[in-house]
Amino acid sequence: MAALSEGAPAGFAAPALGRNRVAVVLLAAAAVLTVAQYGGLLPAALHRVPESAVPPFAPMLDAAFNFVKDDLGLLALTRWLTEGLQWVLDVTANLLFGKRRWPNLGPIPWTAIAAVAGVVGYYLGGWRLALLGAGVFIWTALIGQWKDAMETMSVLVVAAPLAFAIGLGLGILAWKHRAVDAALRPILSALQTLPFFTYLLPAVIFFKVGPTAGAVATTIYAIPPMILMTTLGLQKVPAEVVEAGEMSGATRWQLLRHVYLPSARTEILVGVNQVIMLCLAMVVLTAFIGMPGLGAKLLSMMGSFKLGRSFEIGITIVLLAVMLDRMSKAWVVKQPVHHEKGTSWWRCHIHLVVGTVLFAAFCVLGQFVEVATEIGRRQSFSQGKLIDTWIKSFLAIDAVQAVTGFLRAFVNVQILIPFRNFLLSIPTPAFILAVMAFAMWLGGRRQAIVAGVFFGLVALSGWWDRSVITLYSVLSAVAIAALIGLPLAIAASRSERWSRRILLACDTAQTFPSFVYLIPAIMLFGITDIAVIFSILIFAMVPLIRYTVEGLRTVPAEMTEAADMAGATAMQKLWKVQLPLALPTMAVGFNQALMFAFFMVIIAAFIGTQDLGQELQRTLAGTDLGKNFVLGLCVALMALTFDLVILKWAKDRKRALGLD
Amino acid sequence: MTDQSVIAARNVWKLFGPDPKGYLAGMEAGRSFDAIRADGYIAGVKDVSIEVARGEILVIMGLSGSGKSTLVRCFSRLHEVSGGTVSIEGTDIGALSERDLIELRRSKMGMVFQSFGLLPHRTVLENVAFPLEMRGQDRHARRERALEVVKLVGLEGREDYFPRELSGGQQQRVGIARSLAIEPDIWFLDEPFSALDPLIRREMQDEFLRLQRMLSKTIVFITHDFDEALRLADRIAIMKDGGVEQCATPDEIVLNPATPYVAKFTEDVDKARVVHAGSLARRDLTGEGVPVDAKASVQDLARMLVQDARAAIPVTRNGAPIGAMPRDEALDILVGGT
Ligand SMILES: Nc1ncnc2c1ncn2[C@@H]1O[C@H](COP(=O)(O)OP(=O)(O)OP(=O)(O)O)[C@@H](O)[C@H]1O
Ligand SMILES: [Mg+2]
Repeated sequence: MAALSEGAPAGFAAPALGRNRVAVVLLAAAAVLTVAQYGGLLPAALHRVPESAVPPFAPMLDAAFNFVKDDLGLLALTRWLTEGLQWVLDVTANLLFGKRRWPNLGPIPWTAIAAVAGVVGYYLGGWRLALLGAGVFIWTALIGQWKDAMETMSVLVVAAPLAFAIGLGLGILAWKHRAVDAALRPILSALQTLPFFTYLLPAVIFFKVGPTAGAVATTIYAIPPMILMTTLGLQKVPAEVVEAGEMSGATRWQLLRHVYLPSARTEILVGVNQVIMLCLAMVVLTAFIGMPGLGAKLLSMMGSFKLGRSFEIGITIVLLAVMLDRMSKAWVVKQPVHHEKGTSWWRCHIHLVVGTVLFAAFCVLGQFVEVATEIGRRQSFSQGKLIDTWIKSFLAIDAVQAVTGFLRAFVNVQILIPFRNFLLSIPTPAFILAVMAFAMWLGGRRQAIVAGVFFGLVALSGWWDRSVITLYSVLSAVAIAALIGLPLAIAASRSERWSRRILLACDTAQTFPSFVYLIPAIMLFGITDIAVIFSILIFAMVPLIRYTVEGLRTVPAEMTEAADMAGATAMQKLWKVQLPLALPTMAVGFNQALMFAFFMVIIAAFIGTQDLGQELQRTLAGTDLGKNFVLGLCVALMALTFDLVILKWAKDRKRALGLD
Repeated sequence: MTDQSVIAARNVWKLFGPDPKGYLAGMEAGRSFDAIRADGYIAGVKDVSIEVARGEILVIMGLSGSGKSTLVRCFSRLHEVSGGTVSIEGTDIGALSERDLIELRRSKMGMVFQSFGLLPHRTVLENVAFPLEMRGQDRHARRERALEVVKLVGLEGREDYFPRELSGGQQQRVGIARSLAIEPDIWFLDEPFSALDPLIRREMQDEFLRLQRMLSKTIVFITHDFDEALRLADRIAIMKDGGVEQCATPDEIVLNPATPYVAKFTEDVDKARVVHAGSLARRDLTGEGVPVDAKASVQDLARMLVQDARAAIPVTRNGAPIGAMPRDEALDILVGGT
């Protein structure tokens, strides 16, 4: 075998066979090592990387950071940037919730904001969006969460435009210059797998605790998709449109400004939608670094186990998310429509006129009627206590108790914990070999090598056990999500109507900030291991179902018809035709489920875990930047390994099936 | 190059592939299209030399993929040529700086695109005014001019529509209007009427000829439709695999096809409609009796040719005799016996 792969031509003769064989060899080696460990034959140094062999990554990173921070004067620069950002944030804070800062105008009455949201909704998507827009703000005010929501919004309205502008600029650069593109791509994919805690601490250190750090972390988090969508949109501008611009004598700048950017409108607006949604998800999470707002409120309510209030806040966050998503998506599809000749100016701008008038009217009204400006804690309609009792009585129902009890007792004790212990019992080198075998089998030699390097680095980080526990949570949650989600998706994909419904539900669920997925988990299972798995599971199930339905629905009709003509039963058709063809798309969904799970597992640290997330969360309290990065990179390296291998497989498979 | 020629292409090559210039430099002369393709290059334009005189309409024809659009893009330097030179009014446009090229396009050239190339976010009027806006003309002046050309192509009342709200034919007319907005001297049209229904197409052709009589631009016109070519062309260039097989007047192409490919291409054409008395006239012959006009096609003369008994019929151009046409030759063409 070794000789074969040295002699290149012979090795290439049967690549698939060779690949599988190598995978089996790797797996066998892993098994041998594990058995040796069980028999007590393995020296301790081969079981785990000994403490003494762990390179001092964290202190090294710390030194590097300190060098950049102090010696290169980055800190001075960022502190200077902070001032500017701080000033903008103060303005929005004053306007939205009346923080005592310049321009000392606020707070804008909630009625005025709700009215404007209604008009914007109407402009973008008719009555339904108008109702949604106004309704969400009315709900927020009535339930007594106006101030929290506005604290969140005051950061969002700064971070989202900032992320948009930076993303657009970098996107244009990456499209113009191949070198920028090549440099950005790996950074982007790493950024997208880096756990969010890793964004938070540097933000705190460089930009001080509070809204500024929150805004910076949020902005950085939301930039990557904007870059990708901008480049994509610019590349897709039809050649003839560009040539028409050139023939019109446009200069380079005119081409960009008047031809490229407007023609890439759709993709850029899709980017805007993603920026807004990511900003919202992140701004809620900045609660972990003490940013006030809905996230902080939710965190403290869950911490003190006030489930009713948590539930209400969760609903508010979800409603805000749905509203922002629907509105920005409506903007994507909104096409300009001409006005008949001779239409007066104010008829052409009716929405602007009505919006302004309503806004002014409610601002004036707010001067005289207090409730139109602010609804105090006493006057709100919050039903926290009542919902608490409802939840408690629901959980007390025998059937419910039996189910949760069974899940806790059986699934957790009989399956999950043994699985975890098994993973922990595998010696580190064996584990790495097994991962390499997996990568070899699905991806190929390159993927196997990268997997080995990545997991090797994790082993050297000194956080192996916690990494394995993180991986265990991710794998078991995704496995259970697949067990539940796949049959559901397959069943739904059989009818057009159900597919549509379930896709809509998934799309909606995907817009929820990840934080709210903790609420049902804690409600049902309290502060337990199974709550962690449960929250990851529901979060990861969404892409799994989505892509499965999509994969099955987009199997070309002629192929299923051919199966029908061959007299296949529905079952045969599913197994022999539809599933194999849908598999590459499903794999993409599976991959996304894994990425979501890696993201969620860190958030779930809040519930109390023994994994990397827990340690990461701890670093936030101090200034352990080096350790924070090492932990974050452990998560990112594991996530990237899966990402690399599965996407490679999906791509190969798609090409082999001619589905490109 | 005569001082009359506005566009002059000399040995123009356009190759698509990884390193066109390098490949072309090392390539031996006379390599065929297929051989070039085997080397991993597509010869969009292959060694084309052609001149277009001031005020002339050159029609380019050829099958799909024969390189028509590519050749016209070389004329306007939308494509950088891989070899050879293109001169506009005596200046090599390949050597122009970016500024000069933009200036040339702003002042001299107009182009109508095969799939319109309209800007989706601009109204009809804004699309038409776009070249003027690029030139920096003030809002009022460009609006006036745009309204004028929009009217010219018959889109009055739709000025505020967006491209997506128009039919294919209407969109094409916006493209035509836009290309006319700056009053170009040189006008490139890539299948401009292909999206129009036959009735409107005919109308637009008449309109086009009327415009041409009025403005007398230098025009390069691509079409798939032989009838259209015959109505409009001063000369026709027939392309195959990136090369020009023949470039001549319609009569010449039909009467003396240069290659078997051209002969096959024009096989189904009703020659009686193409060939004019003028091209059949021989200087050495003299005829008697009532002369015919050089611009009359054989078909126009059908009744007379059949009834007449003269062996040679005198032909005049603008009233002056230019020779005589042998009647049997004309009759052969009429019955398709050539
Ligand atoms: N940008 C490009 N890159 C690579 N190949 C190209 C490019 N543009 C054109 N070609 C190739 O050059 C050849 C000529 O294309 P061209 O568009 O000039 O054909 P055409 O004669 O205009 O055809 P049609 O009548 O379909 O418009 C085709 O084989 C085409 O595939
Ligand atoms: Mg073409």
